[in-house]
Amino acid sequence: MSEIKRIATREGYGKALVECGAKYPNLVVLDADLAASTKTGMFQKAYPDRFFDCGIAEANMMGVAAGLAASGKVVFASSFAMFATGRAYEQIRNSVGYTKLNVKIGASHAGITVGEDGASHQCNEDIALMRSIPGMVVINPADYIEAIEAVKAAIEHQGPVYLRFGRANVPVINDRPDYCFELGKGRVLQEGSDITIIATGLMVNSSLEAAEKLARDNISAEIINIHTIKPLDEELVVASARKTGKVVTVEEHSVIGGLGSAVCEALSSKAPTPVYRIGMQDIYGESGSADALLAKYRLDGEGVYKQVKEFLEGK
Amino acid sequence: MTNLELQIMANKVRINIIKSVHSAKAGHPGGSLSAADIFTFLYFEEMKVDPTDPKNPDRDRFVLSKGHTAPGLYAALALKGFFPEEDLLTLRKLGSYLQGHPDMKHTPGVDMSTGSLGQGISAAVGMALAGKLDRKDYRVYSLLGDGELQEGQVWEAAMFAGFKKLDNLVLIVDNNNLQIDGRIDQVCSPYPLEDKFCAFNFHVITIDAHDFDSIRAAFKEAREIKEKPVAIIAKSIKGKGVSFMENSAAWHGVAPNDEQCEAALQELERIGEALCQK
Repeated sequence: MSEIKRIATREGYGKALVECGAKYPNLVVLDADLAASTKTGMFQKAYPDRFFDCGIAEANMMGVAAGLAASGKVVFASSFAMFATGRAYEQIRNSVGYTKLNVKIGASHAGITVGEDGASHQCNEDIALMRSIPGMVVINPADYIEAIEAVKAAIEHQGPVYLRFGRANVPVINDRPDYCFELGKGRVLQEGSDITIIATGLMVNSSLEAAEKLARDNISAEIINIHTIKPLDEELVVASARKTGKVVTVEEHSVIGGLGSAVCEALSSKAPTPVYRIGMQDIYGESGSADALLAKYRLDGEGVYKQVKEFLEGK
Repeated sequence: MTNLELQIMANKVRINIIKSVHSAKAGHPGGSLSAADIFTFLYFEEMKVDPTDPKNPDRDRFVLSKGHTAPGLYAALALKGFFPEEDLLTLRKLGSYLQGHPDMKHTPGVDMSTGSLGQGISAAVGMALAGKLDRKDYRVYSLLGDGELQEGQVWEAAMFAGFKKLDNLVLIVDNNNLQIDGRIDQVCSPYPLEDKFCAFNFHVITIDAHDFDSIRAAFKEAREIKEKPVAIIAKSIKGKGVSFMENSAAWHGVAPNDEQCEAALQELERIGEALCQK
């Protein structure tokens, strides 16, 4: 077996911005002093006239993005997920969401895989915050390939979009000729009959690894990649839940307000099903390497496998 | 327009502010009245806008950063012809496009949705930046409250605008010295205003907000400034034009009752008649 490529999703973000720069002359990119980290620096290098560093002032950046969008631009505004969605939540809510302006929030360094910087920089609440804004599309790509396609889809979508990217190098799992990205559509990566595992972002890979281990225990898991958390592909989620009768959600995010909540909200009215939510259990992260943190918080393949088993065994 | 014509128009703006806020039984008359002359000058003299083509990409833009004074903006827009004057009486009512705070999606002539203080200025900066990027010669105006200057975002935006030398941007600070909890210099003073904006690389002009000679001269001077945004500190009287509302924080966000409305309208109509006889 050839070695699996590992690339951070934020690299896909930067690459896609550069690729789209030529096609969309009205594309403008903003950052708040993190261009090298968020990878908007790649766009800055290619299109210096259409890149603006707003300095360490995220609230103003979101408003400037709104003003540019109100003047016909498609604007990407970037920072770490913590500061983009936390610091500037109300600016996004009132100046971007309420106005339905064409602003895309490209947030990197989401979740605990930020690693060594620790809890102050590990945002596990961004999906919850963005999902609560009416009309906001929320996308959490699983790998480098999906990140590129998500950016392209976000540009084509009229209105505000939140895009979540990670810092850590993670396996590229979608480098296949049949891969396609459709906004709002989940993808069944593996069919199964005993349990449905719905994963988003980097947790798609952990869930695929868990599924292999489950198979060794003769447990057939259906694996679904939900890259678009809002609008949720309810049809797919409901159909799979009806098929297997048990659902586990997996996210590198708080279990409050993210994918797990979205799935429960959909199932509770359409197909009540027992759901176990894997994620950060209402806690802060801490410093450590991304891999060590994923292991500690049971979000790697082994951790997801064990949690699924515990759920199935009624523990 | 001559100063007299502007005074007559500003008086009509004030009458509409009182009528609409009274009809809504809620709203912000004090800060709307203090800015009435500024609204009037912007829409009837200064800005290049066309009520029949409110989305023209080359138009001048106005962002009411102190969005709670929407009744003043709506009155000016209606009188300019963006929508019927009688619709002003639907202010804040269910189903009306005249929301309590400006909504760009539904109100002709409103260039940005505002209401949460500190946010409008950033959007105005973004519009000015877009103008520079597209090499268009439109200008962007934004009206801020003096209490609003307590919001940190205002200074983030000012820093960026000054640094980017956005000389197509004019901020007007409605300096009536009152906010909900009292005098701004007693709640949390943002003074000195001139020095602050100077330090953020603005060209600063201080004017009497109720004197059209002073207003006219300031906007003329602003057009001549290159490589710097302009801040006009407009010294105003909260509640201007209605004697019992003047200089009173109590009239920040309270609608007049029937009796008070009648008294206010009588006073403004007397002023209007006197102006028409000049």
